[in-house]
Amino acid sequence: MDSIFEEREGQIARTGGDAFTIACNKDSLAGAVSQRACVFCGSRVVLYPIADALHLVHGPIGCAAYTWDIRGALSSGPELHRLSFSTDLQEKDVVFGGEPKLEAALRELIAEHGPRAAFIYSTCIVGIIGDDLEAVARRVSRDTGIPVIPVQSEGFRGNKRAGYEAACKAMMRLVGTGDTSEVPPLSLNILGDFNLAGEIWIIREYYRRMGVEVTATITGDGRVDELSRAHGAALNVVQCSGATMDLAAMMEEKYGTPHMRVSYFGIEDMAQALYDVADHFKDRDPEMPGRARDLVREELETLYPQLQEFRRDLEGKKAAVYVGGAFKAFSLVKCFRHLGMKVAVVGSQTGTEEDYRELARITDPDTIVVDDANPLELSAFIKEKDVDVFVGGVKERPIAYKLGVGFCDHNHERKEALEGFAGMINFAREIHRTVTSPVWGFTPRRRGSLKAPAMKEAS
Amino acid sequence: MTATPKAKRPNFVSTTNACKMCAPLGAAMAFAGIESCVPFLHGSQGCATYMRRYIISHFREPMDIASSALGEKHAVYGGGPNLKLGLINVIKKYGARAIGVASTCLTETIGDDVSMILHEFRKEFAGDLDLPELIHVSTPSYSGSHMDGFHGAVRAAVDQLAGDGEPTGRINLFPGLVSPEDIRHLKRLLEDFGLTAAILPDISETLDGPALEDYRKIPEGGCPVSRIRSMGAAPASIEFGRVLDPARSAGGVLAERFGTPLRSLGLPIGLRETDAFMETLEELSGRPLPRRHELARGRLVDAMVDGHKYLSGKRAVVFGEEDMCVALTSFLAEIGVKPVLVASGGSSGNLERAVRDVTDGILPEPPKVFAKVDFAEITEQARELNPDLLIGNSKGYRVLSRELDAPLIRCGFPIHDRFGSQRVRHLGYAGTQDLFDRIVNTVIEKKQADSDIGYGYI
Ligand code: SF4
Ligand code: SF4
Repeated sequence: MDSIFEEREGQIARTGGDAFTIACNKDSLAGAVSQRACVFCGSRVVLYPIADALHLVHGPIGCAAYTWDIRGALSSGPELHRLSFSTDLQEKDVVFGGEPKLEAALRELIAEHGPRAAFIYSTCIVGIIGDDLEAVARRVSRDTGIPVIPVQSEGFRGNKRAGYEAACKAMMRLVGTGDTSEVPPLSLNILGDFNLAGEIWIIREYYRRMGVEVTATITGDGRVDELSRAHGAALNVVQCSGATMDLAAMMEEKYGTPHMRVSYFGIEDMAQALYDVADHFKDRDPEMPGRARDLVREELETLYPQLQEFRRDLEGKKAAVYVGGAFKAFSLVKCFRHLGMKVAVVGSQTGTEEDYRELARITDPDTIVVDDANPLELSAFIKEKDVDVFVGGVKERPIAYKLGVGFCDHNHERKEALEGFAGMINFAREIHRTVTSPVWGFTPRRRGSLKAPAMKEAS
Repeated sequence: MTATPKAKRPNFVSTTNACKMCAPLGAAMAFAGIESCVPFLHGSQGCATYMRRYIISHFREPMDIASSALGEKHAVYGGGPNLKLGLINVIKKYGARAIGVASTCLTETIGDDVSMILHEFRKEFAGDLDLPELIHVSTPSYSGSHMDGFHGAVRAAVDQLAGDGEPTGRINLFPGLVSPEDIRHLKRLLEDFGLTAAILPDISETLDGPALEDYRKIPEGGCPVSRIRSMGAAPASIEFGRVLDPARSAGGVLAERFGTPLRSLGLPIGLRETDAFMETLEELSGRPLPRRHELARGRLVDAMVDGHKYLSGKRAVVFGEEDMCVALTSFLAEIGVKPVLVASGGSSGNLERAVRDVTDGILPEPPKVFAKVDFAEITEQARELNPDLLIGNSKGYRVLSRELDAPLIRCGFPIHDRFGSQRVRHLGYAGTQDLFDRIVNTVIEKKQADSDIGYGYI
């Protein structure tokens, strides 16, 4: 295909036919307008929702300006995370080193906002000029009495996944510093959920109904103190493919906290998440699996009839999915099945080879599977498969709209809760709204399919 | 609130909620206004992706910004090879006729010599590839904001492409960072005067395109490179922007190099600035103000009279790009709204003087002016000033408008929380009219919303 860069051929595959192979976790190709961001972006995404921490971006202004409150991560208390702090490095700082400015910035911001901890994000040029963030952090931490934690997130050191890892390392410095005497035995930590549009509150409520206490929500609606006692919880439940897996692994190694991977999107995955947790605790609370089943049954009773309504209009339609993490893509494939729809194109920014193999397994033959796509490819795939809706983020939206295709925002910037059973309804409603809108009948691709009715002749 | 405003604490070094973006973003927007041009950031992938996202949310249009996607080893050994590879990919896949290369903080810091790399590139590939124009601009963000990047790119395009040759009869117009609708309006206006112009950048179509049958790799429209090439032969250049220094602007380059007369004007918002622009057009075209615009002017004055009581004595805080701030302040003063604070993250050093100039003769004393500030400082000051209105980009909503319970009239860039920012018209009598109506209606809406009685007849 004309719009595919030869160097990227290995990162695109079609299911069916020969054995499935795909290359991934490569650096983005120069000149290819990747939809991917950088290490800093990965760290910022993960740590951002810790609401009572100071998030100081050490670098020139852009890196901080573009990440100012762009996500819908809600907090039930403090909202310090929604401000954008930067050292706004100037030429002289770049020449003479940015440490003095960083130190002064930290001191004044901590004095002004009284955060429970401070994260310092290192950006590309900080990596180049070689500021010693650890030394600054140590001094400021000693004087202010709060943890000050550098995040090794220079943008060029890899892609978003490397940023997740850096963020996890930073959080790990808080874990284990708090008192766990009050943490009950039937408790877990929610990892990797950003509380977009308050989603974590939905999930928390499910766990509460099952009889499990949530010790820490990492990172959505996050608190520094919760993180510090997170090691007291009996289980880590990790949502999403990459973001906090490293933290779960580190906690398992250091504190023996077991972890499980779940997805809260869609009916099967949401129910499975609850069953798995109940199963984990059934030795300590034999009633829990029963409560989980009741909960799922109750939720489905209200959910199902509504879904059927949407399905009537959506049956047989096709979707393209391009999201940040591959795990979310798995769930979306299943969600679409409930709507009677088929996923014809599926891809992610940061999937692993194993992820893509799984995607190939659960999709229909001749589905396009792609790693780290760009606008040219995405638009070509959308056209080739003639899809009815595209699921992606803000950067993907104009691609869909220009081609006269529906769109659903399923990234960090959305303001709609899509998790849990309630989220499945929201998702279905949104897909229904966009796919069934009459506007497509007026776009150039379908022009003429909708015309003004002729006036009746007067008699 | 008794704390000393941060703005008065000279030693504060950190920025909280910046009132500016970084330089390459501005450059990318300017390059997007050149025909068949792909903006290209020489740096790591993240910067380009962030800026795309930011620009896309404002214009709701595709915005492809290529990147040399530097990784760790390039940061150590130099990004030249990746820049070249990236250029080849953009040429082959996008079929770009021009590529605007802007450096980023990273490549400025590691010291890549972009101009030399491009020179090498041209030499290496001139035989095998049909090379597009390669324009480059140096945009380290640690020494300037997005507006410096914007003007830098416009200037670079002129500096690197323009020549003279046969007189074209076509004037040059450098409109600054205005909306696509503004550019469309300017085009019609020039037509009405019988003038043709090279408008740089021209984002009227590239950043506000129609629904399409197919995805276009590069959106249609933009200032043709051929027009930039002949800019030196134009009878005159018009450049908007009172804080813009002609010694470092595109119009200045043409004046110096080819003797093209330069008319520096404020952004034509409000009566006085628009009159000055119209007079310039009358002079350049030798025609009187066309009747359509004469009428528009008359209606505007009429509306200003009809609406003056709603506005007289209201207090406003203005913020955003410096030139937009100056023009809005000038207009507010004309309609009896008191600008109590004018604030920008920009650092031209000319803001205060420009504000003083445009309010002179109308306001008894010039408003307070803050340059190089962030929203934390603006908010602290604004809290004490108790404004009725805020005018600026949508970044002022959460921190200013909500906290002060003052309505925000959205102008400038970025507008991320309203629909139709591409179609907001600010310029000329018609744009001023739109703004005026919005302001009056905002005041009325607020009055209604705050009232317990709910008057339906105001
Ligand atoms: S590194 Fe510089 S160019 Fe890149 S986003 Fe940050 S400020 Fe902008
Ligand atoms: S400078 Fe580096 S850290 Fe900042 S946005 Fe660009 S790639 Fe990311």
